[in-house]
Amino acid sequence: MADDDLVLSELDDQELVEQMWDDLYDGLADEITEGTQILLDRGWTPYKVLTEALVEGMRIVGIDFRDGILFVPEVLMAANSMKAGMNILRPLLAETGAPPQGKMVIGTVKGDIHDIGKNLVGMMMEGAGFEVIDLGINNPVEDYLAALEEHQPDILGMSALLTTTMPYMKVVIDTLKEKGLRDQYAVFVGGAPLNEEFATEIGADAYCRDAAVAVETAKEFMARKHNQRAAG
Amino acid sequence: MVDAVSEMLNPDEEGELQDARGGVAVIACGALAREILDIIALNSLDHVKVTCLPAKLHNRPDQIPERLTRKIRELRMDFSRILVAYADCGTGGLIDKVVASESTDHCRVERMAGPHCYAFFAGQDRFEALAEPEPGTFYLTDYLARHFETLIIKGMGLDRYPEMRDLMFGNYTRVVYLAQIDDPALTVMAEKAAEYLNLRFERMQTGYGELESFMRQAETTAQGQE
Repeated sequence: MADDDLVLSELDDQELVEQMWDDLYDGLADEITEGTQILLDRGWTPYKVLTEALVEGMRIVGIDFRDGILFVPEVLMAANSMKAGMNILRPLLAETGAPPQGKMVIGTVKGDIHDIGKNLVGMMMEGAGFEVIDLGINNPVEDYLAALEEHQPDILGMSALLTTTMPYMKVVIDTLKEKGLRDQYAVFVGGAPLNEEFATEIGADAYCRDAAVAVETAKEFMARKHNQRAAG
Repeated sequence: MVDAVSEMLNPDEEGELQDARGGVAVIACGALAREILDIIALNSLDHVKVTCLPAKLHNRPDQIPERLTRKIRELRMDFSRILVAYADCGTGGLIDKVVASESTDHCRVERMAGPHCYAFFAGQDRFEALAEPEPGTFYLTDYLARHFETLIIKGMGLDRYPEMRDLMFGNYTRVVYLAQIDDPALTVMAEKAAEYLNLRFERMQTGYGELESFMRQAETTAQGQE
C-alpha cells in the first residue's frame, strides 16, 4: 500500500479495485492477497475479481511496460503479486466449472533455461480464462509432442531467449508437419530475440511480442475457431 | 591509455577509441573497448578508426540495430570498409540485416561471426561444447566481471528488487568466467559475481579468441590499399 494509513477493507468496491491496480503496479503481493479476499467476502464472483481487479491491473502494467515506463523487474513484481491473487482464485474458478476459453501447452525450447517471459504469458493466459499446461524449460521436440497428444490443446506456445536456441522452434514445427499434426494446433512463438519475420519464416501462426499480445492473439484465434465451427 | 579509455567507456557511454583515416573503421560494443585497444597495439593497426556504442545495450539488444545503422551512416562516406565488432547479440538476425542493407559499392560492412561475444572469445566450437551439456550457464567476460554491479545488479534492477535474483537466475547452475587476460583481481570479481548469484564458479582462459583474427582483417585491407 502506498499509504500506510490506508485500510483496504474500509474502501468501497470501486476504490478498492483501483487501489488494487496501484498495488499490482507497485508489486505489493500481500495487499493483492488481502484485496482479493475482501472482494470475495463481499460476494464478488472469482471471475469478476480476476477480470476487473487483477487482469485489468496487469493490462495497465503491460501498457506501461510497452511504453518503456516500467521495466522487467517491475513487471515481474507485478506478476508475482497477481500470482498471489491467482493462488486464491484458481481453486474457486475451477469449482465454478466454467468452460475454459481454450487450452494452451507452453514451454521454453531445448537448450534454453529462460522462463520469465513464458511464465508471464502462462499467468496472463490463465487470467484470461485459458487452461495452461506449462512444460517448463529446456524442452526437446519429444516433450512437446507428448504434451500435445496428452492434452489436445488449441494452442502450442514456444519461448526462447537466445539467438542460439530460437531456431529450435522450427525443428518442432517441422516435426509437427512431418507427422501431419501441424494443422491441429495454432503455434505461437515469443522471446526477446524473435520478430514477426522470424515467426513467418519458421511457419508459426503468430509472433507474440509480450504477454498481453499473446492473450489478445489467443482470444482472436479462439473466436475464429468457434466461428469456423459454427459455419461448418 | 587502455585504463583511461576503459574508464571513459562506462556501460552508459559511447566513444571514439582511435581516430584514423586509413580506410577501415571498426564499430564495436563498448564492452570490447579494452580488448580492441590491446589488439590494435599488438598488431600495429594504427590506421584503423575505432568507435564504440554503449556497452549497456547488452541489456537492450532491441536498440542495437538502430544505433548501429546510425553509426554506419555517419562513417561510410569516409571509409571503404567497416568492421562491426558485434556478434548477433540477441538481436535475432537484425544486425546481419543492418550489415547487409547498409553495405554499399563504396563501403563494405561486415560483422563478426557467432551468436555473442562469449562464443567469439571462446571460439565457436569450444563454446558450443561448453554450452550444450549445461544450458544453465551464465557467462562472464573480463568486461562483465569488471562491470557486474553496473550491468547486472543495477542494470537488471536487482539492487532495487533483490528477491528477483532467484526468479531471474534460479534456473542457472554455474558461472563460467571466460578470461581474456590473466588478472587475479578480475578472477576475484568474477568469483564474487558467482557467489552473489549463488552459482558454481568455473574459469576458462580464452585470450581474445576470434576477435583478434577479425580485427586483423583490417591489416589486409590496409596492405591491399598500398
